This record gives sequence, structure tokens and C-alpha cells, in this order.
Amino acid sequence: MTNLHTLRRKAVNIVMLTITGLCTLFAAGTLVYILGYLFVHGATSLTWDFFTKLPTPVGESGGGMANAIVGSGKLLLLASLFGIPIGFLGGVYLAEFGGTTFSYVIRYVTDLLNGVPSIVIGIFAYTMIVLPQKHFSTLAGGLALGVMMIPIAVRSTEEFLRAVPNSLREGAMALGASKARSILTVVIPAAKNGIMTGIMLNLARVAGETAPLLFTSFGNRYWSSGWDQPISALPVMIFTYAIAPYEDWHKQAWAAGFVLLSLILTINIIARAILSSNKHVAR
Amino acid sequence: MDVTKPLTGAVRKLSATDLNFYYGDFQALKNISMEIFANQVTAFIGPSGCGKSTFLRTLNRMNETVRNTRVEGKILLDDVNILEQEVAYVRRRVGMVFQRSNPFPKSIFDNIAYGPRINGTVANRAELREKVEQSLRRAALWDEVKDKLNQSAYGLSGGQQQRLCIARALAVDPEVLLLDEPCSALDPIATAKIEDLIFQLKSSCTIVIVTHNMQQAARVADNTGFFLLGHLIEFDNTAVIFKNPAKKETEDYVTGRFG
Repeated sequence: MTNLHTLRRKAVNIVMLTITGLCTLFAAGTLVYILGYLFVHGATSLTWDFFTKLPTPVGESGGGMANAIVGSGKLLLLASLFGIPIGFLGGVYLAEFGGTTFSYVIRYVTDLLNGVPSIVIGIFAYTMIVLPQKHFSTLAGGLALGVMMIPIAVRSTEEFLRAVPNSLREGAMALGASKARSILTVVIPAAKNGIMTGIMLNLARVAGETAPLLFTSFGNRYWSSGWDQPISALPVMIFTYAIAPYEDWHKQAWAAGFVLLSLILTINIIARAILSSNKHVAR
Repeated sequence: MDVTKPLTGAVRKLSATDLNFYYGDFQALKNISMEIFANQVTAFIGPSGCGKSTFLRTLNRMNETVRNTRVEGKILLDDVNILEQEVAYVRRRVGMVFQRSNPFPKSIFDNIAYGPRINGTVANRAELREKVEQSLRRAALWDEVKDKLNQSAYGLSGGQQQRLCIARALAVDPEVLLLDEPCSALDPIATAKIEDLIFQLKSSCTIVIVTHNMQQAARVADNTGFFLLGHLIEFDNTAVIFKNPAKKETEDYVTGRFG
């Protein structure tokens, strides 16, 4: 009887271990497969021209996506200028000043905003900027990405500020610092690495967004002539090139995918490095 | 109930009169009246939740940082009611060291320099250096850290961190130093160092210490107050409190019959 019981337990153990193990393998395997596929196709399609040349007209071989790389950079810069200050200061408010009920509402709304599909945020920017201006623009794209950055910036800033022990706030105030002063000189510096990491991961996330750009910054096969003009971006280029019926465009799309992924991966690695570089670690 | 007896002809530094303190509806301090004398060590003892830390924290108004609290009564510092003064000014004059050492995530130097910097009490870099060294010397920490002032304060041991916090508080030249169970997280050797320090500091500073350790109160304090359920039961010379208390509750507590 006891033996049978033990046997049953062991059998269940083996079955469950196998199932969970296979699921883990599948999850990790998918990622490795995507990365590998992208690496093989992307790295082989990548040429130096990709970084330095403009796209060529249909039928003409060669060319690159220099304008899209710069375009993505400009869009991210605009998004950061718009999204980070609002998100950061909002996070400071929630962590340090917010009353219970009001903070709860703000936090809830922020989480809702985080769940809004990115294409809807695109429509928002389209309605607010593109329609009144009657043309697509870098500004509209940057704003759409900036709006997407706000909720994550708010919540990550808030989380890292909350992780700062209250004893540090008390310590500063006991020395005669005002609340604002203690936040500026002790709390925010203590959370600085975490907040920076949050911002970088946030950037990495919106760097790959396509939907909000489709009808805001639209795309451009040439250098963008100004902040209020359409501009090219890597994710939009990937979309355009991947669905085109030309074999050499597909190769370009793979290369763009590879470059975009490398960029995001680099930002991620830098972010982790910042987080772990804290020299003031309690022992 | 008159618990504020004049003790051994000293100068009065701080005094509370009919002090009540509330956390929301809960009254944590009930009609506390007490006098604290200059250049003496005053200890507060009592079981957990008796109000001794709460009382300590009203003396530099740190209690106001907790939401939904209310204070009634008067606290005089050199005959001026601190409850009517600017709070930053009060906290510069009445410094505080907490139960768990709380160095800022900065270098040792920047920790000590924090107070002088935010209060603008030093004119230039040289004066600041001098102030940092002087404060570290007063906290008997200088010799241990003088070669690593630019290293993180988190690299110090627990006892050193607590003395760093004392040095940080001393750097703004407080007239009164409040110590909230400063040794509760320290080993006996580190505790002995802090107690030595308290002896040295009382010539330049008035010291108020909350402690759970009755032997510590007996060792360091000139006067001791016994708190119970928000009341100040008895306040007298330390020797009297421990050897010949007037109240039965005090005797029960110091002889270890409860608490």
C-alpha cells in the first residue's frame, strides 16, 4: 500500500516535471529561434551601405536606411523630452506627496493608459496634431511615443522612490532639511540608478513601436526636412519593406530588424549595467 | 501628579508642559510634563508602546512627519516654545539619531557634510573639511575613517555607521541630541563605544536617550524617566529610579517583574 503510494507520487512527479520543463523549453526556445532566425537573415543582409545610404527606388538594387536610423533617433529624442519629465515628476508626486485616494485614482488611470493599445495612442496623436496641421509630422510621431512612455515612467519612478527607506527621509529632515530638499538631495539620488534603468527600458520598449507611427510620422523615403515633416523610422520601414513584393526589400527588412533588435538589446544591457553599478550597496 | 522635580541644581534646557499627542484618535502621550537639564544625560525607559519614543520625537517635532497626528501643550527650549518656531530651525538645534543607523547612500564625507551644506553654516570648502573632521573626532570615528572619507558610508560596520550618524547630527552643532534606542542593533563592543561617546558628548551637548536596556540607562543617564501607557509615571535621579523608586509601577518594571 505504502509502496504503491510512493510509486504514484514518483510518477506524478516525473510527469509534472516533464510538462513544466517542456513548457519552459518551448518558451525559451521560441525566443532563441526568433533571435537566431533574425541573426542569420539580418546579419547576412547587412551591409555598410545600410547605415549610410538612403533607400533606392523600386527596381534599383543597393541602398540603405540611414534616414530611418536617424529618424528613429529623432523620434525617441522627442518622445523622451515629452514623456520622461512628465512621467518622472508624476512618479515623484505619487511616491512622495500623493494622498491615498487621489494617488489611487492616478495610479489606476496610469495603469489604464499603459494598457491602451498603441494604435489607439496613434489615433490620438493623429487627431490632436496631424489633422489640425493637415500633414504627417515628426512631432506627431514623437508625441505618440512620448504618451506611451508616460505610464511606465510614472510607475517605475514611483516604485524606485518607494524602495528608498523612510529612514533616509527622516535622517535628512532631522538635520533641518525641508521635505522638498530631502527628496532632491537624498531620496532621488538614492533611487537614481533605478530611475535611469526604468527610463532606458522604457526607451527600448517604445523604440520598437510601429502602430503609433503609421499615421503620425508616416514614413519618408528621403531625409526628413524638418520636425513638422514626415519622417522615417526603423519599425515602420520594416513593416513597409516586409510586405513589399520584392526580394531585395525583404533582405533590407531583415537587416533593419537585426539593427533594431541590436539597438534595443544594447539599451537593455546598458540599463542593467547601470542598475548593478550602485557603489553604495548595504552589506 | 507632580513628576517634575528639580534635580541636582542644573540649568533647565528643555521642558514639556501638559503635552498630549495623538495618532489619529489614539492618544499616545497623556499630559506629560518634564524638565530636561543642560549637559546631563536623560534616559527614557518603559515597555514597548509606552510612548517614550513618541515623546522623544516630539522634542524635535519629527512626529509631525507622520500623517494624521496632533500635538497639544508646550515644549520650551531655553524658554521659547518650539511648537511655534520654524521647524527646520528647531531640528538644527535639537538633533536626532535613530534606532537603526541610516547613513545616506553617499560618501562618508558627504554624509557628514550634508547638514552644514543644506543649512549653509559653512562659508567655504576649507571650513567644511574642518567641520567634517571636527564632527568625526567628536564622534570618535575620525581615526577609523580618515583615510577613506570618499568611500561609501555603507562600507562601514554597524557600530561605525551609528557613530557616523552621530557625527552627522553633531555637524550642525545641535544644543540637544536625541538618541532613539541607538544601540538596539549593535553588539556589546559597539554599544560600549557609543556609551563612552555619550559620556564625552554631554559636556558640549544635552543628551536625551530612549533605551530598552535598563542597564544602559543605569550606566549612562543622570536622570531617568519611566513611561507606561502614555503616562510619565516617575522622573528622578537615575539612582533613585533604580534603587528607591517612589511608584510601585516603576519598581515592578526596573526589578523585571513585567515588561
